[in-house]
Parts: sequence; structure tokens; C-alpha cells
Amino acid sequence: MRFDLQVIASWIKPESKVLDLGCRTGSLLDHLRKTKNTKGTGVEIDEDAAGQAIAKGLSVIHGDIYEELEDYPDNVFDYIILSQTLQQIYEPEKLIREMLRVGKRCIVSFPNFTHIKNRFQMFFTGRAPMSKELPYEWYNTPNIRVIPITDFHRFCGQLGVPIVKEVAISTHHHDTKGHVIKVLPNLFATFGIFMVGERD
Amino acid sequence: MSEYIDNLDTGSSVGVVKRQTFTFGKDGDPITLESGRTLAPVSLAYETCGTLNEDKSNAILVCHALTGDSHVAGIYQEDDPKPGWWDIMVGPGKPIDTNKYFVICSNVIGGCMGSTGPLSRNPETDHPYAATFPVVTIGDMVRCQRRLVDHLGIDKLLAVIGGSVGGMQVLEWSVRYPERVCAAIPLATTTKHSAQAIAFNEVARQAIMADPKWNAGDYYESGRPEHGLAVARMVGHITYLSDESMRHKFDRRLQDRVELSFDFEADFQVESYLRYQGNKFVDRFDANSFLYLTKAADYFNLENQHGDGSLVQAFSRAKCRYLVVSFTSDWLYPTYQSRDMVKAMKKNGLDVSFCEIEAPWGHDAFLLPNERLDALMGGFLDRVRTECLTGGSHAI
Repeated sequence: MRFDLQVIASWIKPESKVLDLGCRTGSLLDHLRKTKNTKGTGVEIDEDAAGQAIAKGLSVIHGDIYEELEDYPDNVFDYIILSQTLQQIYEPEKLIREMLRVGKRCIVSFPNFTHIKNRFQMFFTGRAPMSKELPYEWYNTPNIRVIPITDFHRFCGQLGVPIVKEVAISTHHHDTKGHVIKVLPNLFATFGIFMVGERD
Repeated sequence: MSEYIDNLDTGSSVGVVKRQTFTFGKDGDPITLESGRTLAPVSLAYETCGTLNEDKSNAILVCHALTGDSHVAGIYQEDDPKPGWWDIMVGPGKPIDTNKYFVICSNVIGGCMGSTGPLSRNPETDHPYAATFPVVTIGDMVRCQRRLVDHLGIDKLLAVIGGSVGGMQVLEWSVRYPERVCAAIPLATTTKHSAQAIAFNEVARQAIMADPKWNAGDYYESGRPEHGLAVARMVGHITYLSDESMRHKFDRRLQDRVELSFDFEADFQVESYLRYQGNKFVDRFDANSFLYLTKAADYFNLENQHGDGSLVQAFSRAKCRYLVVSFTSDWLYPTYQSRDMVKAMKKNGLDVSFCEIEAPWGHDAFLLPNERLDALMGGFLDRVRTECLTGGSHAI
């Protein structure tokens, strides 16, 4: 399993109820079910991925995360996960507020745009940065947001949403190994992972 | 549903099956129908495959679509060329695996394949009921199926599965008898007919009733309204396909000719195909039964029946896990109708999975070979089996 998902999994308490938005083929949900006995549901827009997840015996709804989130009653989940998708979201504030309506806490991970390599690329080549984490040209990227870890902090402050946990990691987004960055994360981390919402 | 699957994979067939009959209400225990009328005795034709385990916890009820029957899988004798209507789905090693599950399929009340319907003899008059048969509903069909399940000694069904009108029965089961259903798979179905679906059914019914041979339903001795029934089937058949599937199958190709005939022969392949389907149907189906079954489908309205007009309230009764599946090209029961039911299930905190499968073949897609559907059903049922047999909870 991807390193960032391993970090997320380590934050989830056993027996809890989890909603994974953009769950792909459900590897995180499957892992949580097996190791922590969670009750999980996923939402996935791609038919093939959603189909594979359901075929694994997971509860998954094939649909759009905004629309699917709307239908849930308040506070039915302990955790709502949005992994590596925030950079593609049109209305992040609305989505995060909605996530916090439906769940007690939301866990968000995103590629850190201000990683040192990106900064070097922009500075020396004058071009939009491309990296393993952001592997697209300006004209074909699904990523419509650039999110530095520092700015996400400010964003949470403005929303008035407490950050319960956070970790910055350095890993390629498909790698199963990585490490936690403690010094200057906004400069050295490739991904930021945050848990926001209700404190313990 | 349009036609039986013709390809028989004997290697994984359930083999020879036998149609059985269960009759109740013989000794003064009639069923009171939703219309208020009573009916007795009532017979249901049914078939089973697989083996019921000791604690009777592995039973799956498969509900057939509008004009289907109890012959879900297997063959009637060794040289039978045609297997049951869902032989691709039910059998050893298939998604509804008869090595694991005990599968029951009954012909519905109002049908004409061995269950009590307008074709059956009214014990009071010793003539066929014909148009005096009471109007039945999806709820009535399910209540009769429940008596069959009771008769088989099964307290709780592991799953109820069905497509189209069979899917309506699945939804009805899950809401009417929540304690008796562990999981439900409604495929290509709806909680209520749209005006369009009712409209097509009405055209089909009018085709039958406009046939002079229909004779207000009293035709069993004078000759059947074959033409009306064939036209009714043709109308239905159009709704089971899609623009794309018809274009792919027929386009404007001509049938057995190189030029237009300039008369009313079947010039086009699609005309010839519909005539063939219509005529084939006449051989196996009773026109009155078609009237009753289409009416039952039109009357079906889960939210009115069980939720005071609210679908969310209707599903508040349900306790099972759901797998809801729709198909992109189904214009009879389009995906929005499945999404509506999924929405109401979610609002009740029910465990629901949903997938809209990309398929060009229209409403009939659930009857055709489809690897995606196989994988969804197989995986879902495996989970249900594990969770239900270990008594795990299922609400989110």
C-alpha cells in the first residue's frame, strides 16, 4: 500500500466508521477492514475502479464525491478521507465543511506544491514545475489547485477548523516506502497529510 | 426481458432440474390481496438448485422479470437444448455459486408458467379465471413467495436477487420483510414506474384488448388473441433494447431482399426481428397474464406503499445490505431511478454499494454475459456470506 495511505491508516482507530472519497479500487478500505475491523464505505467516480472495489467485497458507491456526500446524514462517520484529491477540487472549502458535517474528522492529503524541487524548477527554468507528484503539463493536468503545506495551515485557520494531527512526508505517490519530514516540511516534504475536526 | 440465453455451457451447469409446485390456502387459509379480494388455493411453481445447508442459512431467492419463469438455471432433461434464463449467472463456480448457495426461483402469482393466474381454473366455476382473476401487485407476489420460503423452512434468506420487475420484488422483500433478508441485489430496476414505462405498458395492453379474439379475456375456448399479444411483445421488446443496440444489430439493413418491397412486408431486419420475437412469445405466454403482470409493475410504488409517499421513510424499514446496479443505456429504468433509491438507502445509514455499468445493450443488459456484473455479484455475495454467517452488523 502507498506510504501516505499507511500513514493515514495508522491514524484510524479500530472499529471506527470510515468514508473514503475517491477510494479508487479500495486498497485503503480493504486494509482498514482487515487490520482494524472498520466499517468502511467508498465513493469512486471511475466505473472500473469502483467495480473492482465492490468485487473485493467493499461497500462502494460509483458516483461523484460532492453529490454522494450530500446524501449522508450528519455525523455518521468517524473519519472521512480525501487522499490526493484536494488539488483537483473546485470548491475545497465547501467540500471540507460538508465532510465535517458528515464525519467527525476528515483526513486530507495532497502533494506539497512548494517542495524544493518545484521551487528550483520554477526558479531556474521559468516553467511550471513537473514532478513525480505532479506529473502533468499545464494543459493536461487534472490538478487545478496548487497547495503548499503552509497555505493549508492558513486555510484551516481561516475556516476555524482545528488541526488534530499533521505529518509531512517525502515519497513518490506510488511508493510503499517513505519518511516523515520534520525540518522545514514546506520545503522538503512531497506530501502533506492532515487530520482536521474534532479533537480527542 | 427479451429472450432466453441460447448458449449452454454444460461444463458448469446445475444439470437437470425439476419444476415443483407448492400450494397453499386449500384448507381455508386464503391470501387477502392488496386489492382486498381473497384468493385460494394458490399454487406457485418453483425450482431449486444447490443444496440447503443444515441451518438453512445459505438460501438465495432469485426473482424473475416480467415474463420469465421459475426455470432460472439448468435444463429439464439431458437433451434439453435450452437452459434456464439466467444460466450464465447461476451454477457451480458462477457468480451465484450453487456450490455455496441454495437457489430458489418461483414463478410469480398472476403468471402462466405453473403459478396461479388468469389461466388457472377457478374452483368455484371450474373454468379459467380469465378476466375475473383478481388484480395482483408486486406486494402480493412477494407475500406468496414468503409462504413458499416458510414452507421450505427458511427463516432468513441470505440474498434476494432480481432484475427489472424481479428487482421490484427484491426491493419489496427488503422493505416488507426486513428481518428475513440479509442482502438484496436489485438490478436495472426502479421503485416506481415512470409515466413513460406506464405508457409503453398501456400501449401493449391496448394491443391485446383491441384484438377481437381477446373477447374481454374470455378466449380460452374460442382461440387466443395471438396478434394482439405479439404486438404487445414487440412494444415491450423495443423498450428492452436501446438506440445503440438496435443500430448495431440491425441498422437499416434489409431482410432477405435487395430492394424495398413497396408493400407492408417486413423489409427491414428490425421489423422481421420484432415479428419473430412477437410470434415466439405467443407460443409460451398467456395474453391475460401479460395484462395482469404489466399492471402489477405499473402499480408498484415502494414509497407510497411503505413510506407514506417518502422513499427515505420506505427504506427506513430496511435492514439488509444492498448492491444496486444500473446500466448506462437502460432507458426503461434509467440510472437516475437507481440513484434515487441509493440516496434514500444512504439517508437511512444502510450499507449500500452501487455501480452504473457501461453497457450498450439497453435494459436487457442484466441478462447478457457481463464480466463486470459477474465480479460485482460474486464479490458482494462472498462478503454477505462471511458477514451474515458470522453475524456481523451491517449498518454504516
